[in-house]
Amino acid sequence: MNSFKAALALGYALTVSTAFAGELVVNSDQTDPAPKKAMETLIEGFKAAHPDVTVKWNNFDHEGYKSAIRNFLTADAPDVVSWYSGNRMAPFVKAGLFEDVSDLWAENKLDDQLKSAVKSMEIDGKKWGIPYSYYQWGIYYRKDIFEKEGITPPKNWAELIAACEKIKAAGMTPFAIGTKALWPTGGWFDYLDLRVNGYEFHMDLTAGKVPYTDPKVKAVFEKWAELVKPGYFLENHAAIDWQDAIPQFVQGKAPMYLMGNFAVAAMVDGGLKADQIGFLQFPEITAGIPMAEDAPTESFHIPSGAKNKEDARKFLAYLATPEAQTKMNEVLGQLPVNNQSAKSNDPFLKAGFEMLANAYALAQFYDRDAPAEMAKAGMEGFQQFMVKPDNVDAILARLEKARGRIYK
Amino acid sequence: MSSTVPATSSSWKRNQQRLAPWLFLAPGMIMFSIYVIIPIFQSIWISFYDWDGLGAKTWIGMANYVELLDDEAFYTSLKNNILWLVLYLLAVPAGLAVALFLNQTVTGIRLYKSLFFFPFVISQVVVGLIFTWFYAPDFGLLSALIKAVSGENIAILADERYVTLGIIAAGLWPQIAYCMILYLTGLNNINPEQVEAARMDGAKGWSLLWNIILPQLGPATFIAIVVTVIGALRSFDLVSIMTDGGPYGSSRVLSFYMYEQALSEYGYRMGYGAAIAVVLFMIMMVFITLFIVRMLMQERNA
Repeated sequence: MNSFKAALALGYALTVSTAFAGELVVNSDQTDPAPKKAMETLIEGFKAAHPDVTVKWNNFDHEGYKSAIRNFLTADAPDVVSWYSGNRMAPFVKAGLFEDVSDLWAENKLDDQLKSAVKSMEIDGKKWGIPYSYYQWGIYYRKDIFEKEGITPPKNWAELIAACEKIKAAGMTPFAIGTKALWPTGGWFDYLDLRVNGYEFHMDLTAGKVPYTDPKVKAVFEKWAELVKPGYFLENHAAIDWQDAIPQFVQGKAPMYLMGNFAVAAMVDGGLKADQIGFLQFPEITAGIPMAEDAPTESFHIPSGAKNKEDARKFLAYLATPEAQTKMNEVLGQLPVNNQSAKSNDPFLKAGFEMLANAYALAQFYDRDAPAEMAKAGMEGFQQFMVKPDNVDAILARLEKARGRIYK
Repeated sequence: MSSTVPATSSSWKRNQQRLAPWLFLAPGMIMFSIYVIIPIFQSIWISFYDWDGLGAKTWIGMANYVELLDDEAFYTSLKNNILWLVLYLLAVPAGLAVALFLNQTVTGIRLYKSLFFFPFVISQVVVGLIFTWFYAPDFGLLSALIKAVSGENIAILADERYVTLGIIAAGLWPQIAYCMILYLTGLNNINPEQVEAARMDGAKGWSLLWNIILPQLGPATFIAIVVTVIGALRSFDLVSIMTDGGPYGSSRVLSFYMYEQALSEYGYRMGYGAAIAVVLFMIMMVFITLFIVRMLMQERNA
């Protein structure tokens, strides 16, 4: 094992130059244009506030980062890393690879300022990082098409089904979706479960406390089938990625899309004007259940093997300030977690902010709330269900078997 | 001092004949054991543990293998591997056909040969991407053709019935080119006198091919089958590029499943991945043993 680690360390040292004294090494995976620029803004701001610290930023490819982080955390840890909150950070916390930063939270009174993300940053009653940005999920729809067809944005399940029927009758497919990468199915499952059974049940399910064969889970799939069986999702969704479904939305062939707010940029790039796009909260299904939402949170953490923890704490403290979060999220087009940050003028962010501010609770997204292995098995099952809705019992039995193994 | 030097030099001289071959073999043997032999045993060893690659290992004996026996995804992968093995071998006769077709003296034949060889030069990743677009629903060439003929829109890579066949077809494209080049070099070495003699005896067409040409292509056929079988068993890149194992895991093969379990974003079950690798290794061992036995027998006969 030690020789294995040494080999990894050697390989890592060859690819990424390591720190000198007084230098802060930040590893992250922000290669897309907007996140990259936001990161540059953050580092510039930090340098202005702490001119004595030099920041060395290693930017990784998004997919490669997910395996690289395991190597560099054990072999040669940087001082600050980007990662995800919720269950996604649990393996690193349990393996003792992340530093407990509860002191930072206490010192800067972050429990109030970062209130909405407290739950997702906590494991065993301690805080393991600083969240800086999140974004809402919901149904984006074509305002112009809805007007033309005389559809009002649905508020509950019956209205949603009625809207789908109308759209289908007009020769369109109601919902755009691309499930090749699996995760878009997670959004659907999250919302259906949150609306059918509520936040507490959803959290119990993703924490492995409820069997997938529970009748309440079956009820979620019965609602889902009401959309799958009449063909309310794009045909061949399993062959395409979420971006490939955007043209269908832009061309008006599929006027609704359950997605995260990042999809708006792609829709506008595709040639839509902002006033052609509307945003609506996922409609109510079981009446009286408080509305919880999906809002994946992005965060930074300090590895326990960091060499420059003092400056790393300064960096995280700066990241938590309302000013830093305002600037970063302006560039990102997302919502700052710090509730004292300046509000955005973007209509979608405003709508998202209002929805999340009144949300009963926030879920992180299926593949962050559930452990990675369960998420993979689960989303594969969801994809299969969306192709073959009649196999629901076999799928749920398989997921239950996976649950039995994964949550020991 | 003066007495020890001759003593060592004489002991070196006495054993020189015995030691020299080992000295020459040593670099190769050390590399081979570090990169091949030791990892094989390490892999088998890890397959008895429950290990996430970060924390402590827990000894669980045969539990990984017991779980494999009851794992639907494992059987899907195994079934697909067998499908790969059988269909991928089509590259051998197809390569032979192309080679026979191209083995003539026409102006510009070198150009045609290199054009036919071209797919093998392209990276597998690019082959995968090209075929993904070729199959893509709505705008892909093949799905447009299918739609024109049958009126149905079939997304090959999203349909569990066709997905593996679609990927194998993509894999065959470069593999046929590879077999072709093996046969073309084989055809160059054919004894023209034998062919002429056979012609004089009235052999032509199939009987000439079957009785005179093919026996002389034996070594080429052997190599073609070996590389194709190995290629089929280690198929990974195309699956990863074209479908990522989907839809819902129906195009997985063993090597991809191992990667998914041990190394991918959603996995990190090193022990379970190692167990899959061991099973794949056993399957490969069957073929490797057959090849080695055959080679040894030929060497003895020669």
